[in-house]
Amino acid sequence: MLAEESETLRDDHIISFLHVDKWYGDFHALKDICLTINRGERLVICGPSGSGKSTLIRCINGLEKYNSGQLNVVGQSLDGKHLKAIRGKVGMVFQHFNLFPHMTVLENLMLAPRRTLKMSKIEAEKLARNYLERVHIGHQADKYPAQLSGGQQQRVAIARSLCMKPDILLFDEPTSALDPEMIREVLDVMKELVNEGITMVCVTHEMGFARQVADRVVFMDEGEIVEIAPPATLFDSPKQQRTKQFLEQILSY
Amino acid sequence: MLNKTFSTAAPSVGSRILKPVLSGLLQIAVVTLGLIWLLNAGAEAMNYRWQWYRIPQYLWFIEDGEWFPAELLEGLFVTLKISAVSLIFTLLIGLVTALLRLSDSIVGRGLARGYIELIRNTPLLVQIYLLYFVFGPVLGLERFTTAVLALSLFQGAYTAEIFRAGLNNIPKGQFEACSSLGLSEIDGYRFVILPQMIRRILPPLTNETVSLVKNSSIVSIMAIFDLTTEGRNIVADTAMPFEVWFTVAGIYLCVTLMLSGFAAWLEHKMNVPTQ
Repeated sequence: MLAEESETLRDDHIISFLHVDKWYGDFHALKDICLTINRGERLVICGPSGSGKSTLIRCINGLEKYNSGQLNVVGQSLDGKHLKAIRGKVGMVFQHFNLFPHMTVLENLMLAPRRTLKMSKIEAEKLARNYLERVHIGHQADKYPAQLSGGQQQRVAIARSLCMKPDILLFDEPTSALDPEMIREVLDVMKELVNEGITMVCVTHEMGFARQVADRVVFMDEGEIVEIAPPATLFDSPKQQRTKQFLEQILSY
Repeated sequence: MLNKTFSTAAPSVGSRILKPVLSGLLQIAVVTLGLIWLLNAGAEAMNYRWQWYRIPQYLWFIEDGEWFPAELLEGLFVTLKISAVSLIFTLLIGLVTALLRLSDSIVGRGLARGYIELIRNTPLLVQIYLLYFVFGPVLGLERFTTAVLALSLFQGAYTAEIFRAGLNNIPKGQFEACSSLGLSEIDGYRFVILPQMIRRILPPLTNETVSLVKNSSIVSIMAIFDLTTEGRNIVADTAMPFEVWFTVAGIYLCVTLMLSGFAAWLEHKMNVPTQ
């Protein structure tokens, strides 16, 4: 704790939590969170349900407000006034995709670049089709979300977030709502993406993915960060008892 | 044992569509004839002579080869005008009230709630009396304005609840997706939220519009020459209430059926393919 406190904000700390607490009424959802994430880092957060993982990443893009402490994202402190500035820079991929059902896939991708980045229709379309190709969905550009499978919709959602060229991409259990056979296609896309230098913070239960992709893995339980370590260390030789218990539960089946 | 054979051919078009339709038409015909017979019997018992031949002159007349609308059609135009203008204000009042109700300010929420409860718990007729005899003269409003105000305030309260339900039914994730993509609040509402909301609330909104047209007949007590007032005047002149009121009801029915048809077409156009 002391080391974190004396640390000054460095340029490559793109996200930093300093003693952040959050309450939902009487329920202490986040307890004294101290965490710094480096630019370009790939961080996976895992833990049992109710441990506060989603709450934590939703604080990063301002979808949840924290009660005390300091949270800096891309150099801005997240205390109300600067929320607008960071919103375009922090993208999010949701568990339930949240695609716009009344628009085609292409229109879904083009909306924000045209309205917020003020791109022309032609530029935006080029950008959109480019990212659709990257997630291997180019041929579905004119379909509506309801006509696509879950895995396809999630890939569209990823492409949509990328169109805004965010500095950070947050993933909130991106594969938890998918049928098993579709999980691989989404994880493959996520793996390809991270070689771009984008900072990635991913809440997931997919340990195999974490092992392959993550620079560090954070284990959370009951609102606290219990252990942070590179995947090999955390999975093979966890230091904390709670981490050991959790890993046994999910890997033992 | 397992020797069931299933018929492999689907039932023919004839038996699938023709038979039920014919049977339905037959039943409707029987019921209609029964009703007409009942009416006739009742009218004869009252020694009432049907005078349908006198109705068309109140619908239109032809002078020097030119077609002019007569009293009933002119009344219809007034009704349509009042309904159309009221509809615009109803939607405005409804949308603003719904947004106030969902807003963060206590005053806003209180105002909206108070307005809705007040209007929904008092009869339209009483509200019209209040506006026409009390507030109208105080504010110096003329009759058409008073009518539009009364109807808009009345329907606006119900429409506000429809808008509110429509907004609440939009999944929270849509708002979150808009904000995480960096869309401004206005753009989010304009391109994502409102289009979805409109698709959902179109059926109940149609009902409100039909209600509006029907309720407009109550403004006849303000001596506005709408369809109902004209009907009443003709009955006073000619003493043939059956024919006139059936015709008036029929005209209202035509208008509302066309509205419903238009709404159904609109809904069909806005439907998004799902495979």
